[in-house]
Amino acid sequence: MGMKKKLSAKANFFLTVIFVIFVIFLLHLANVYMNAYQLKILNLMAIYGIMAVSLNLINGITGIFSLGHAGFILVGAYTAALLTLTPEQKEISFIIEPIIPFLKNLHTNFFFATLAGGVLAAFAAFLVGWPVLRLAGDYLAIASLGFAEVIRILALNLRSVTNGALGLKGIPEYTNTWWAWGWLFVTVLFIGSLVNSSYGRALKAIREDRIAAEEMGINVFKHQLLSFVIGGFFAGISGSLYAHWLTTIDPRITTLGPMLTFYVLIMIVLGGLGSITGSILGAMIFAILFEWFRRFEEPFTFFGIEVPGIKGMRILIISVIFILVMIFWQRGLMGRTELTWNNLYRWIFARRGGEKS
Amino acid sequence: MKELLILDHVTMRFGGLVAVDDFVNTIYEGELAGLIGPNGAGKTTVFNVITGIYYPTSGRIIFDGIDITPLKPHQITHLGIARTFQNIRLFQDMTVLENVLISQHHVLSNPDADRILKKHGKDPKRDGNFWFWRAVLKLGYVDKEKQMKEEAMELLEKVGLIDVMNEKASALPYGEQRKLEIARALATHPKLLLLDEPAAGMNPKETEDLMEFIKRIRDEFKITVFLIEHDMKVVMGICERIIVMDYGKIIAEGTPEEIQSNPKVIEAYLGREWEYV
Repeated sequence: MGMKKKLSAKANFFLTVIFVIFVIFLLHLANVYMNAYQLKILNLMAIYGIMAVSLNLINGITGIFSLGHAGFILVGAYTAALLTLTPEQKEISFIIEPIIPFLKNLHTNFFFATLAGGVLAAFAAFLVGWPVLRLAGDYLAIASLGFAEVIRILALNLRSVTNGALGLKGIPEYTNTWWAWGWLFVTVLFIGSLVNSSYGRALKAIREDRIAAEEMGINVFKHQLLSFVIGGFFAGISGSLYAHWLTTIDPRITTLGPMLTFYVLIMIVLGGLGSITGSILGAMIFAILFEWFRRFEEPFTFFGIEVPGIKGMRILIISVIFILVMIFWQRGLMGRTELTWNNLYRWIFARRGGEKS
Repeated sequence: MKELLILDHVTMRFGGLVAVDDFVNTIYEGELAGLIGPNGAGKTTVFNVITGIYYPTSGRIIFDGIDITPLKPHQITHLGIARTFQNIRLFQDMTVLENVLISQHHVLSNPDADRILKKHGKDPKRDGNFWFWRAVLKLGYVDKEKQMKEEAMELLEKVGLIDVMNEKASALPYGEQRKLEIARALATHPKLLLLDEPAAGMNPKETEDLMEFIKRIRDEFKITVFLIEHDMKVVMGICERIIVMDYGKIIAEGTPEEIQSNPKVIEAYLGREWEYV
């Protein structure tokens, strides 16, 4: 018997709607039954998800090996935090140098602050991308890493804007499940729609063969910049959510510096470079494992051997896992395929002796 | 005959090496011209200069009345020159259909190239503005995508690749990959098609088919074909005019019969006897 190979567009749409409603229901249940700590991790999963999907657009889909993501996240985080902190709070916390009066009085709600964070991060991505995208491969990676560091050092030294090394404290904890997962939904919708259009095809073509793409009429620089700016925008959004999740931000290497870029890189490589659903999966796994591995930083017994608590142990373990994935599972969990209804359908029916391909 | 492409004293230097030396020639509309020469004669460099991968060191390139010397590759493609590559450069991880669809993207996204067309009083190719936002927000884009797909499938039908349209490009046999590369170039709606060694690596049967194929698309799509080829059977079999290059210079030009008996050409290919003594 011939098996239909594809689901109709209608079936696809309805399944997606049902899935979204189901997720909303689950999130509602989580809000009711989970404790504050578990909720915090649930929200972190969505924040990491946005970071991963946006970096995946740049690295996985367009094939630009950028290491500057934390720079854009930082811009989004500081912008949004400065906008949600009240003038009084800013007045008190800027001890080293008083804040610029103009910035002091700027104040808006969480939604517009996040949006402003995204826009400013997109602008930063534009400014960084303009020179950096003239390079390729390793050179581009190093240059983007350098620019992200420049942004971080600026945050460290523009004391009347960022409060320097002290960072911003007392940021309201606005990031709840709905904001975090809502923005993740918007990110996936936007980037997914982009990837599934002629523009997405053009970005993939650039990844596959830059010269051939150019010769087939694609303005490579413009499209790379486009991808960079959109990735930067959503990095900024995630930065705002992250700031209002952490409630304290500072320009240390580990919070909004290169370490964060590498974490996001681990997520997308783990999930599969070039796969949006893979990135989300990678982000969720990373968020859970990274939290769960905290137990290894406290004293524990390993097959009867007493292991003293070592700080930073979880980073070591994550690294080992990452290396193992790179050796045995080079394309990550999903490779370049997406977890779609069609693929699920095909997967299930191919198993049941239906016709393959 | 109308002049389509004029190469006006084009020179391309790479440091001390002169890859193309004072190249002067004209390709006429509707013809099937060939460019031959020993390895390293500078043939592919001529193509790379025409399509904008390199800016020539000196000289001018006029295409369809427009000076394309300073233009970028995507603009030149938009104006109507398409090419294939010596070593196949397909988007290997994408399907056959997607490979062809890529070539239609420039109709949505190249306002800069469209301005050049308008400036010279030609019909713009771009169909509306803000395609990026329309594509992401799906505002009147779904129909466009459908239309692009139909057009691509029509083309695949014509070149005989419709049955494999959902296969990955990398899964096709070699001969079909060559064909797909030509189809992908045709999808940009070119006036001039540049083929860089289309028969390279093909067996005699595949070569035979290819010759028929090239002639057929020239007539069916009403385009001009300029090709580089090493296989003399192909060149002599389908080209109406042949240009011979050696060490970056044109050493001969003429019909296949004239070229075959030209002593300079024989010398370039076989060398003079005393050189080996």
